[in-house]
Amino acid sequence: MDHNTVLLFAGIGALLLLASVIGRLLKWRAGGGPHAVIDNLNARINAWWVMVLVIGIAFLFGKYGVIVLFYCVSFYALREFMTLTPTRRSDYPALVAAFYVALPLQYLLIAMDWYGLFSIFIPVYLFLLLPILASFGGDTTRFLERASKVQWGLMIAVYCVSAVPALMTLDIPGFEGRNLLLIAWLILVVQISDVLQYVCGKLFGKRKVAPNLSPSKTIEGLLGGVALATLIGASLCWITPFSFWQAALMALTVNAMGFFGGLVMSAIKRDRGVKDWGHMIEGHGGMLDRIDSVCFAAPVFFHFVRYWWA
Amino acid sequence: MLTALTAFAITSAARLITGARALWLGCTPQPVQRLYFANHSSHGDFVLLWASLPGPLRQRTRPVAGADYWAKPGLRNFVIRKVFNGVLIDRQRSEVQANPLQPVLDALSGGDSLIFFPEGTRNLGDEPLLPFKSGLFHLAAANPDMEVVPVWIANLNRVMPKGRALPLPLLCTLSFGEPLQVQAAEDKHAFLERARQALLNLAPKEV
Repeated sequence: MDHNTVLLFAGIGALLLLASVIGRLLKWRAGGGPHAVIDNLNARINAWWVMVLVIGIAFLFGKYGVIVLFYCVSFYALREFMTLTPTRRSDYPALVAAFYVALPLQYLLIAMDWYGLFSIFIPVYLFLLLPILASFGGDTTRFLERASKVQWGLMIAVYCVSAVPALMTLDIPGFEGRNLLLIAWLILVVQISDVLQYVCGKLFGKRKVAPNLSPSKTIEGLLGGVALATLIGASLCWITPFSFWQAALMALTVNAMGFFGGLVMSAIKRDRGVKDWGHMIEGHGGMLDRIDSVCFAAPVFFHFVRYWWA
Repeated sequence: MLTALTAFAITSAARLITGARALWLGCTPQPVQRLYFANHSSHGDFVLLWASLPGPLRQRTRPVAGADYWAKPGLRNFVIRKVFNGVLIDRQRSEVQANPLQPVLDALSGGDSLIFFPEGTRNLGDEPLLPFKSGLFHLAAANPDMEVVPVWIANLNRVMPKGRALPLPLLCTLSFGEPLQVQAAEDKHAFLERARQALLNLAPKEV
C-alpha cells in the first residue's frame, strides 16, 4: 500500500472518530434514553467503521482483493433485488444463469482484463440469453415484465457495480500502479455525498425534493451535500490523475448520478411497498440501500476516465 | 454426534442460502408447548422453520412429516428420524382402523412442540394457500392449552422450486403470528377458516 493510500485511510479514520464522538455526545445530551434518530445515526456510524475496515482489508490484497470484495457486493445486491422482484417458476433457469454464471463470469472477465467482453457481456449476450432461457418454461404470463426484471437486476447489481473494480484495468499514463486510489476516490466522494446530503437534510432540510419517490430527501440536503462533496472531491485531486477543476467536475458528475440513482432505486422500493432493500447493514438497511448511488455513478465514471485519461 | 453435526450442517446451509429472517410479530420465542403451522411449498419448509427457532426451543420442536415420502430407507429416513426427531404420519391410511394422527397426539401428550403443515401436501400452484385438512382442528381441540402459532414462510418456493436440485440464494422471511385457540362454540369449519385467514394475513401483500 503506498503512502497516499495510508494517508487517505488515516484521514477517513479520523473523520469516523470525530463522527463517533459527536454521535456519543448527542446520545449523552439526549439523556441516554432511546431516541430513534440518534440511535440510527450511531448505528450508521458503527456500520461505517466495519465497511471501511472491510474495504481496507480488500485494498491490502490489491486488484484481486477489490475484485473479490465487489463480487460479494454484487452477490448481496443481486440477491436483495431478486428477492424483492417477484418472478415465476419458469424464470428459474434465467435466475440460475444470473447468480451462477453471469455474476462469476463478469468478475472473471475483469480479472482477466478483457475489456472487449466484460463491457458487453451482460448488456448484449445475457440480454439475449436470459429471455431465451425464460421462454423454455412455456409460461407467457407477464413475460416481458419478468424478463425485464432479471435483466435490470443484473445490470444494476452486477454490471454497474463491477465498473468499480474495472477501474483497475485502465492504463492511465503517469498514474501507473495507483488505480486503487481512483477506486478509493470514487467510493469516498459518492458515499460522503450521501452522508453529507443526510446531515445537511437533517440540519437544514425543509423543502422536499421528490416527495413521492423519497420523502427524506430535501433540496437543502441535496444542494449542501453535493456542494460539500464536490469540494472534497476536488481537494482530493492529489490522489487522482485529474487537475483540481477536472476533479471538481468529475465529483459533480458522480454526485449527480449518485443522487438520481438514489431516487430511481427509491421509486422501485416504494412500488414494491418496502422502505429498505434488506437488513444486512445495521442502520443503513440492505446492501442496495448503501450502494444505490455507486451503481449509477461508477459506470459513468469508468467510461469518462477511460475516454479522456486512459 | 453424527446427528448433531448433520443438524448443524443442514441448519447452517439453510440459513446461509436463504438468510432465514424470523419476524416474531404476534408472539415471542418462548419455551411453551406450541404447534407451529405454516404454508407448505417446498421440502425445505420445516428445515427453515426449525432453523429459525432459538436452540433450546429447537430441541423440543418436532416436524410432522408424511411417512410415504420420508420413511424410505436411507438418507431421508436418517434425516427425518434421527436429525429432526420427526413425527411421521401415514397419509395414505394403510391401516383403516388406526387414527393417522395418533403419533402426533402422542408427541403432544409427551410435551413436545410441533411443526405442522395443515394443507397436507405441498402447494405447487399459483394460489397462496390450499384448503386446510381437518388435522389442525383435531390437534388444537385435543390440546386446549397449547398455543397454535401461524407461521408464513415467504419466498422458499422460489429458492427451491419443485424438481430443481440447485437452490437459488434468495432471501426468505418467516413471520410468526399471534397464537390461536379453539373457542368454546367454534366448530371445525369455522376454526379452520379462522386459522387459514390468520396465516394468509402474515403473507406479504402482492402489488
